[in-house]
Amino acid sequence: MAKVKRSPWLLHYDGSSCNGCDIEVLAALTPVYDAERFGVMNTGDPMQADIFMITGGINTQNAEVVKQLYDQMPRPKVVVAVGVCACTGGVFKDCYNILGGADSVIPVDIYVPGCAARPQAIIDGVVKAVELFQQRSDEHDKLVKQGGRPDAAKDAVKEDKEVSNG
Amino acid sequence: MNQTIAVICYIILAPIIGGLLEGLDRKVSARMQRRVGPPLLQPFYDVIKLMKKQVIVVSPAQTFALISYFALMLLTGSMFFAGMDILLCFFVMSTAATFLYFAAVISSSPYATVGANRELIQMMAYEPAVLLSCVGFYLIEGTFNVGEIAFSKTTDIIYLPGFFVAFVFILTIKMRKSPFDTSTSHHMHQEIVKGLTTEMGAQNLAIFQVTEWYENVFLMGVIGLFIMNGTTTNIIIAVVVILLTYFLEILIDNTSARMKTDMMLKLSWGVTLFSAGVNLLVLMLVR
Repeated sequence: MAKVKRSPWLLHYDGSSCNGCDIEVLAALTPVYDAERFGVMNTGDPMQADIFMITGGINTQNAEVVKQLYDQMPRPKVVVAVGVCACTGGVFKDCYNILGGADSVIPVDIYVPGCAARPQAIIDGVVKAVELFQQRSDEHDKLVKQGGRPDAAKDAVKEDKEVSNG
Repeated sequence: MNQTIAVICYIILAPIIGGLLEGLDRKVSARMQRRVGPPLLQPFYDVIKLMKKQVIVVSPAQTFALISYFALMLLTGSMFFAGMDILLCFFVMSTAATFLYFAAVISSSPYATVGANRELIQMMAYEPAVLLSCVGFYLIEGTFNVGEIAFSKTTDIIYLPGFFVAFVFILTIKMRKSPFDTSTSHHMHQEIVKGLTTEMGAQNLAIFQVTEWYENVFLMGVIGLFIMNGTTTNIIIAVVVILLTYFLEILIDNTSARMKTDMMLKLSWGVTLFSAGVNLLVLMLVR
């Protein structure tokens, strides 16, 4: 049986980013870096995504949107914060409208530093996220086997609590 | 007996061939863009992953509609490879497409609804060419029966070049390739998120994907029907023509931008009327 890590689909959301990191995320998908060779697809649909990639800090307006996107993604899922703004709030940290990094509203698993984060660092983060995705999928499968159906495992999965790879 | 074997072969082999063709498609597309591209078996990895994910559905009826879509497409291909009536095959295929429309609108998501409406326009765009092809086969062979068309002595494409062009043209619509991938696209982004498939995730998307493989194999079978004349060497030529057609579709996909639906409608009807229509007139006058 093929492993799920061979097919990670990304959902990219631009918080209140300056677009620097977004350009670098897109650069990772260009022929130079070609993330699709790992099976990565950049989908725009949370229902079909496995890895939630967020750039830019969280402000009062997009906090709800980010939560909504996270909830719409089916388990198992992994969250990657790309760039220093998504990690901590960055230079905008003390602005009146900024709540902080992505982890102020949703649990973040992988933090990719940099301003802007380099494509190499982003791909590195995604590769780490993919490993975590596989691990969670295995746990999810085990719970599904015990519970009989995927929904039963919903609350039992501890995946959202653990924060790794600081 | 032969019919049963053909149907069983279709049911078992079609998803494998369809998946491999899509894998090849993604690999060749990547090479055209000077990328390395995903492994050949990538579509299978995707489907296996989708089967394992948590099921979230907006409306349970969506699963029912998608399973109907799947079952009807299976029926279409089975009837075709069992050598039954080609008209009936295409009618059942239209019914399958209608269930796909229901699966999308039932979620009442604005993106899925726009995608579904575009799917209906796509159906309007390809239906005339499909029906005219059946008429063309009938004029040459005197029958709608797929088995008799395939194993008769005539090579249909010699008499039906215009119909073939029209069919390959609408194949681009049917395979959701680039200038006409308005309702949903295989490429990562679209102006309406994922269009038709926006509200499909996990198992439902896997069903959609596998059904597309069945559909593609059926459509490739129709392409082969244009070539078949009952001899063994001819089967090899048919396979080569099918692969060339598939390559042409990939090439078109990678070299053209998405078109508006009304443009698509005008263009596909224009091409159908012009090439298939002229071919039809010539056939009627000469024979």
